[in-house]
Amino acid sequence: MSLAFDLALCILILGAAALAVFGRDLFGSIVFFIVYGVLIALAWITLGAVDVSLAEAAIGAGVTGVLLIGAWQGIRDGGGGEPEAPTPWPLHLAAGGAAAALCGVISFAVLSLPGHDGLAGEVPENQGALELGNPVTGVLLGFRAYDTLLETLVLTAALAAVWSLTPSQFWGGIPGPNHVKPPDGVLASFGRMLPPRGLIVAVYLVWAGADAPGGAFQAGTVLAAVWILIVLAGLRDEPRLSRLPLRALIILGPLVFLGVGLIGMLLGAPLSYPEGQAKPVILVIEYALTLSIAATLALLIAGPARRR
Amino acid sequence: MSLLFALAAAPLGFMLASLILGRRAPHLIWIAAPVMLALAVLVALGASAGATGGPLGGWDAPLGIVLEADGLAAALILASAVTAAITGLFALARFGPAGRETTRRYTFWPLFYGLWAALNAVFISRDLFNLYVALELLSLCAVALAAFGSRKAAMHYLMVALAGSLAYLLGVVLIFASVGTLDIGLIAQRAGDARTPVLIGAALMSAGLLAKTALFPLHGWLPPAHGAAPPVVSALLSALVVKASFFILLRIWFEALPALAGPDMAQAFGVLGAGAVLYGSVLALRQQGLKALIAYSTVAQLGYLFFVFPLAGAGGAVTPWAAGAWGAMGFQLSAHMLAKAGLFLAAGIIIHALGSGTIRDMAGAGRALPVTVLAFGLCAISLMGLPPSGGFMAKYLMLIAALESGAWPYAAVIIAGGLLAAAYLFRPIARFMSGTDTPALQARVHWALPLAPLALGLCALTLGVLSAGPYELMVTGLPQAGEAGLDEVEPGP
Amino acid sequence: MEALTDRSVLYALTGAGLIALGFYGFIVRRALIHRLIAFNVIGSGIFLLFGGAAYFGGGVDPVPQALIITGIVVALALTAFAAALGVRLAQDGDEDDDSDDDAEGGP
Repeated sequence: MSLAFDLALCILILGAAALAVFGRDLFGSIVFFIVYGVLIALAWITLGAVDVSLAEAAIGAGVTGVLLIGAWQGIRDGGGGEPEAPTPWPLHLAAGGAAAALCGVISFAVLSLPGHDGLAGEVPENQGALELGNPVTGVLLGFRAYDTLLETLVLTAALAAVWSLTPSQFWGGIPGPNHVKPPDGVLASFGRMLPPRGLIVAVYLVWAGADAPGGAFQAGTVLAAVWILIVLAGLRDEPRLSRLPLRALIILGPLVFLGVGLIGMLLGAPLSYPEGQAKPVILVIEYALTLSIAATLALLIAGPARRR
Repeated sequence: MSLLFALAAAPLGFMLASLILGRRAPHLIWIAAPVMLALAVLVALGASAGATGGPLGGWDAPLGIVLEADGLAAALILASAVTAAITGLFALARFGPAGRETTRRYTFWPLFYGLWAALNAVFISRDLFNLYVALELLSLCAVALAAFGSRKAAMHYLMVALAGSLAYLLGVVLIFASVGTLDIGLIAQRAGDARTPVLIGAALMSAGLLAKTALFPLHGWLPPAHGAAPPVVSALLSALVVKASFFILLRIWFEALPALAGPDMAQAFGVLGAGAVLYGSVLALRQQGLKALIAYSTVAQLGYLFFVFPLAGAGGAVTPWAAGAWGAMGFQLSAHMLAKAGLFLAAGIIIHALGSGTIRDMAGAGRALPVTVLAFGLCAISLMGLPPSGGFMAKYLMLIAALESGAWPYAAVIIAGGLLAAAYLFRPIARFMSGTDTPALQARVHWALPLAPLALGLCALTLGVLSAGPYELMVTGLPQAGEAGLDEVEPGP
Repeated sequence: MEALTDRSVLYALTGAGLIALGFYGFIVRRALIHRLIAFNVIGSGIFLLFGGAAYFGGGVDPVPQALIITGIVVALALTAFAAALGVRLAQDGDEDDDSDDDAEGGP
């Protein structure tokens, strides 16, 4: 694609970001933020980074957008939705000056980058040992598996953190408003049609993620989205958060990942994979992670319990 | 190597276990505390023979992530393990097993173990991006725990933490884009190739870390967040969490980019540190609430840490490394962990028992709660820097380093800070001892609870009494250690 | 050593612009939702800068790609907690209605 297309895309991205950050209306801002996320995902495709594009579209735009809409409703219901007081102009001036300076400094840094190959050459060289065709999955679950392990636990910790905000009378209860209703209408049939297809997409994304773009985080997001649609369609209610199977589902993925790391440790090299068996072990980790990530994301969106 | 991985993996395992154990999760601390202490001791023994560690999964840097514990990291892992283990046992009082599961009895434990894991992960990581992930895990757990006290203060804390994370991340990105590696050792070798973007990146990272460390004048979020939380949480936040971001700052300037750290930058850190010591102490002196006083004292005590930049001379080429100043900082870090946690726990008992958090209402606490007040006093001795405590070693070594390098303004601030600390800590102690009546206790205190701050206070004291061993450990593997400070400063009073 | 290409500079500078824009918004906007949007704009700006700088003709270096995916997930975790905290703050304020259940046991 030509540079003119890139230039147009970058201008659109900056425009959407400006509308999202400076919009008067909160809901409108969120909508522009989601548009912005989709444009960013497009930028990643044009750069050839399909894995990042999928993650940005699914998590950056999708899940974050839904979260923000939920927060907007929650804050409005709580009476915190009144228009914000105007910021005094000296603050605008100071912030604007600081932002301009920051932009200048970062741009200067970018333009003075020496340019080098980074690690682009190192990855393919070592890729063979992991038996994975997708170099990004190789980095995420091979070379830098420790980062990914910590990251999945950041997600788990975020869920514990969100749950810590549960009003005490609702502890162990059900999150979100009750949507359950007699199943009819378009959304309901849509909701019935969706789960098997969503499941197939998710299974494919993990399977393909070994060799082509995809992976546990993207697949987990798809599954979470399926669940959210089921709830919105009124086919099923959110689960009671004190349920043991639910909690087991949340810790399954991190536990398997941690377990593989510990088995490696007992064999002398933590977070290493048995030679010749790397791919099956990585797939087991990824499928377990997918389930846990799906559950965790869906519960992060649902928020703390609000019903008994 | 395996040991270092276990140091992060074990608390992560406890975190997952506590999520599934639910009502029975609090009992886990009886296993976690000894396991984590044993691991920390083993790491310290290993590190005392020289830095230990290696690449994870067999993938060496620049592709993989390297873990390593040098002497200072090992000392901090041990001190934080003692602090966290005792604080965790103390937490059984409030978040312990009960008839039914409640919000906080359930969520405290995963956040506590997550915080502990993240802290260890920060101490052992040699990879800038991995440090980012660990720091985020730490911040997330810390803010969520802070929200146990005041949600408003937690929100303020969260906003600062978010801004700090972004600044740090941007710095990491610029450095990787400049030198093509995230490994601290390799960055040191390659930083010369691209000075400008690396320096901009390092400045951004530092700004983010300073905000997270709450260095004056970026400390505004700390006193409300630390002062309002339940005492166990205050102890964890004040003793442990703020140390992690400071530790990364050390890694950046003393190990990744020593050649780029100029004397001006070192002096700037030192001046801000001095500002923190004086400002935090004066504000501590003016507080009416006991926990607010202790929280402001944290602002002050953190300031001392930054004296290591001018005194040990960040910038290998500019001044020789002064091992004395390095050791002083190590003592300050570990002694403050122990003593500050002890102070918060003791304060928690006193406030709980007397039913008031105002110092004025605490007359006679010494007669009603003798062991608790004794523990408070022991921790206060270390914080004031009186012998024979760990805090004394910190300030003594720092004072000598300041005088030797001719930096007399720092010497003056160290002395003034010690006097101010004595003043602000003497105020509540005098109140505890005043009057002749024994106040009636509003709530029962389990007999074992005061033992926790007492143990912490005794550990802070022991650190000073047996100072030679810890000193040797802290300067083991000291980055490019010069002999300048070692010959001059006799460890031990 | 390769010099940065036009494309990579374009995307990296767009990233810089997004960072500045988000920074300005993070300071001047007061509503939590706006601040979280600004936070995420800065985050994706940083990632775009990263991707631009790591773009070499054929695509983006896989290591930055993996780091960016990790970063996106971490940003989501923080956003989720911030949103939940904001909702609770708006609904129940700073005052605790629920500390009684655990404060009885001890300090």
